Amino acid sequence: MTGRIHKFGDDINTDYIISGKYKFKTLDMQELAKHVMEDIDPGFASRVQPGDFIAAGKNFGCGSSREQAPRALLACGIRGILAKSFARIFFRNAINCGLFVVECDTDRFETGDEVTVDLGEGRVINHTRGFELSVAPLPQVMIDILKEGGLVNYFKKYGSFERV
Amino acid sequence: MGKTMAEKIFERKVGKPVRPGDIVVAPVDWAMGQDGTTPLAIQSFEEMHGKSVFRPERIVFVIDHNAPSPLESVSRLHDLMRSFAKRFGIRVFEVGEGVCHELMMSRGLVVPGDLVVGADSHTCTYGAIGAFSTGIGSTELAVVMMTGKLWFKVPETICIRLLGELPKGVYAKDVILHLAALLGADGATYQAIEFHGPVVESLSVEERATITNMVVEVGAKAGLVPPDAKTLSWVRERTDRPFEVVLPDPDAAYAKVLEIDCSSLEPQVAFPHRVDTARGIREAEGIPIQEAFIGTCTNGRIPDLEVAAQILRGRKVHPEVRLIVAPASREVFLFALEKGWVEDIVKAGGVFVPPGCGPCVGTHQGIPGDGWNVISTANRNFRGRMGNREASIYLASPATVAASAIEGKITDPRTYLG
Repeated sequence: MTGRIHKFGDDINTDYIISGKYKFKTLDMQELAKHVMEDIDPGFASRVQPGDFIAAGKNFGCGSSREQAPRALLACGIRGILAKSFARIFFRNAINCGLFVVECDTDRFETGDEVTVDLGEGRVINHTRGFELSVAPLPQVMIDILKEGGLVNYFKKYGSFERV
Repeated sequence: MGKTMAEKIFERKVGKPVRPGDIVVAPVDWAMGQDGTTPLAIQSFEEMHGKSVFRPERIVFVIDHNAPSPLESVSRLHDLMRSFAKRFGIRVFEVGEGVCHELMMSRGLVVPGDLVVGADSHTCTYGAIGAFSTGIGSTELAVVMMTGKLWFKVPETICIRLLGELPKGVYAKDVILHLAALLGADGATYQAIEFHGPVVESLSVEERATITNMVVEVGAKAGLVPPDAKTLSWVRERTDRPFEVVLPDPDAAYAKVLEIDCSSLEPQVAFPHRVDTARGIREAEGIPIQEAFIGTCTNGRIPDLEVAAQILRGRKVHPEVRLIVAPASREVFLFALEKGWVEDIVKAGGVFVPPGCGPCVGTHQGIPGDGWNVISTANRNFRGRMGNREASIYLASPATVAASAIEGKITDPRTYLG
């Protein structure tokens, strides 16, 4: 997967990803996608190209449990998140929706960098700046869920977590 | 080495020894969803071709975040919850019954030792009575509704001993705001926190819930208070469901032990737009405010309305301040009516909104204007949280919020406590 980076700082919470004032109104993720990051970066949604990545600091996705956060990110074209660390509910929700999450040092990433993420090999390549990082693997259950494109497909296939 | 409460609760649920870091599939005692998360869970349930619900009597839907409905689209989502619940025999707490977390505890549903999941991040509240409870996503709620189980990573535990005693005018909210500032917004990510020591022992169950409610603000998966006699009588007043108390082993292995002397703690105020920014009241005094909010799953309970009424009785809310009060439940509201606290607050100029989440999530019932400062008893002050990115939110105890509402600026509540 190759895409361009949008850089954010530490502690990006799920209210910032998609505000409560929108998420309670609708299940239409395309509608929510227009408002992603609106409170901290107005116009963000219109700058995203399909397949782009976010590179953020620590504790990405802290705050509320809203699954609309990873779903709206996906709907606006974001394919995955690189961050120094993730808040736990967002981390699970992202995998469950098929939005990939990679824990790595993001200091050297900047907005506009072209990056390839190879989850199978466990590495991230920054083509713009010419460096490569290896990333720690996810727990097997998460790899399996991500492989199926999310928890809905995983469950349709396996019907339980008994493989865990 | 001995085991923590979290480890022991998971061991009981899965029937084998567990260690922190283990991935286990465990049956849950309760699953809860609210109106911001359940409609999406129902959609996932349908996408997975769900045909039946596992133990519908242990699933609870609560319409609290956006209730009464301010929009036709919201009414449709509420109806989706109602019709799904009716089809499968799931209990719905309706508009005006209260905040989900208050209802799960005060209606005697959750008991000590339970494993509870809820599609709301503040599900961690029920650790106040010694349950392991944690927030999950909507699709996970759908899976739990279908199977009664979910996968969990057994967390490490941080032990926090709250020593000394709380000075006058300093409350559970001040303790947890102080702790959040100490630990930082990711200070306990993926960990559980156990609260020990004389301060937590001295608190009522409601006050303990203020503390456990906010552990997610430091990234924790759960916050637990070992049940004591106070817990047991509180729970016994509400249910006759049998339960077995889970206590930590005396030699439990903690990731870290923190000791905090609360005797010199001052009232705390968290500054915009982060929860982990609390400072002593002296650094916040005098900041002008245009809105004050008392309520939420953090501070909408009986002791909270009691202290607010005590401060507001016979006084007036500042003419440039809107004071909004949302009781955490209908029972809290009725109790406050009976005690005369509602009259005290309304006569002072406060506005009651229905039991529920009120303006906390920015959907309705008190969206601040541009440039406003809000002082709130809620648990989050992120930019835009209350519906307007041009407003700033300060977090404090109900006493500090009530005193500030009178003065029109952030005020030390101790000057109003005689």
